[in-house]
Amino acid sequence: MAAFPEMKILTVEVHRWLTFPQLIHLYSVGQMAPGPNMMMIVSIGEWAGGFLGALITVIAFFGPTALLAFVVARMWKRLDKWRWRTSIQQGLAPVSIGLLLAGCFTMAKGAITGLETATIAVGTLLILLQYKINPALLVVGGAIVGILTFTPG
Amino acid sequence: MSDAAQPLPQVTATAAPRAVVSMWDIFLEFLIIGATSFGGVVPYLREALVTKRHWIDDKQFVEMLSISQSLPGLNATNMAILVGEKLRGITGSIAAILGICLPGGMLMYFVGMFYRQHGDHAWVTAALKGVAAAAVGLILSTVVQLSKKSLAGRVDFIFMALTVIAVNRLHQSSRARSSRSGLSPFCITGPDAGRKRAPPNEPDGPTCSRFRISVPAYSRRRNGGLPRNEDSDGGGT
Repeated sequence: MAAFPEMKILTVEVHRWLTFPQLIHLYSVGQMAPGPNMMMIVSIGEWAGGFLGALITVIAFFGPTALLAFVVARMWKRLDKWRWRTSIQQGLAPVSIGLLLAGCFTMAKGAITGLETATIAVGTLLILLQYKINPALLVVGGAIVGILTFTPG
Repeated sequence: MSDAAQPLPQVTATAAPRAVVSMWDIFLEFLIIGATSFGGVVPYLREALVTKRHWIDDKQFVEMLSISQSLPGLNATNMAILVGEKLRGITGSIAAILGICLPGGMLMYFVGMFYRQHGDHAWVTAALKGVAAAAVGLILSTVVQLSKKSLAGRVDFIFMALTVIAVNRLHQSSRARSSRSGLSPFCITGPDAGRKRAPPNEPDGPTCSRFRISVPAYSRRRNGGLPRNEDSDGGGT
């Protein structure tokens, strides 16, 4: 989600591979899929460049962070006594939460279009904060409420 | 499925396997996690790696999780890399990340195709409106939970707010490129793409018209653009 604002700018505004509502839809549907929750990038890659596009997207999206994680995995034992380790960890926390929130705002601008959608969002938030429930179920619930509310006729 | 591992470099000589876990076992276990972990991978990872396989213990799991969280990238893939590395070095990492990404990736590949063809059906649009709203609530709940756990004091909140402002207010792309320019979909973004050039209050462009789904120009470009090998589509990632 932290990547969402930049993803929106590049895929929607710069390259115009898809529209903003389409990006929101793919991202939201991706929340229901198992595994890493950004696999919707595969859909974008497939739209933009077919099978090869999907493959390249995955490699480009996960490659750099995977490499970094690998290097850190190798070095971590040595970093254990490094005083800056906890400082960096604590200092990065507000930034990563801020990035998450910024992504949420970007998405809300397109997804919250009226009272009904706002109610679904707030309802989901409150249920998740109150009860331990699988979030994928709530996303499915959102789909059902959406069909009941927005289907014309 | 083992085809997927072939194009990747196989490094075996440098690091001898630290455990007797085979690469196939690592791939298979992460494949199962990748296929079943609806609604967040962390509990499934713990169940599989600590409880079922005993590859790592709880203390190691928590430590790896905290490393994953402080690194950029997704928890799920970072965990796959860390656990894979511990079990079998670089081949273990590759097996683990392929396994955890493959099921969701294949699913989203076909979901994307389905959505492109049927995304404008009334009930699909209605369902997606609800799904998107629920996703906003889901992300907000993550923000709240993380803030409770790791934000302490006013300074942290100020930094969080500054990050939000920096991303949402100051960061805007330069004017969007013409979609009809016929450029390759892989064209590289110009150096000024991330800078703010466009008028600050420009709306989200002509495309953001309240959930009216219209297939954009890329589909035209796509048909006349890259040659697509339909046979390769079924093979998975």
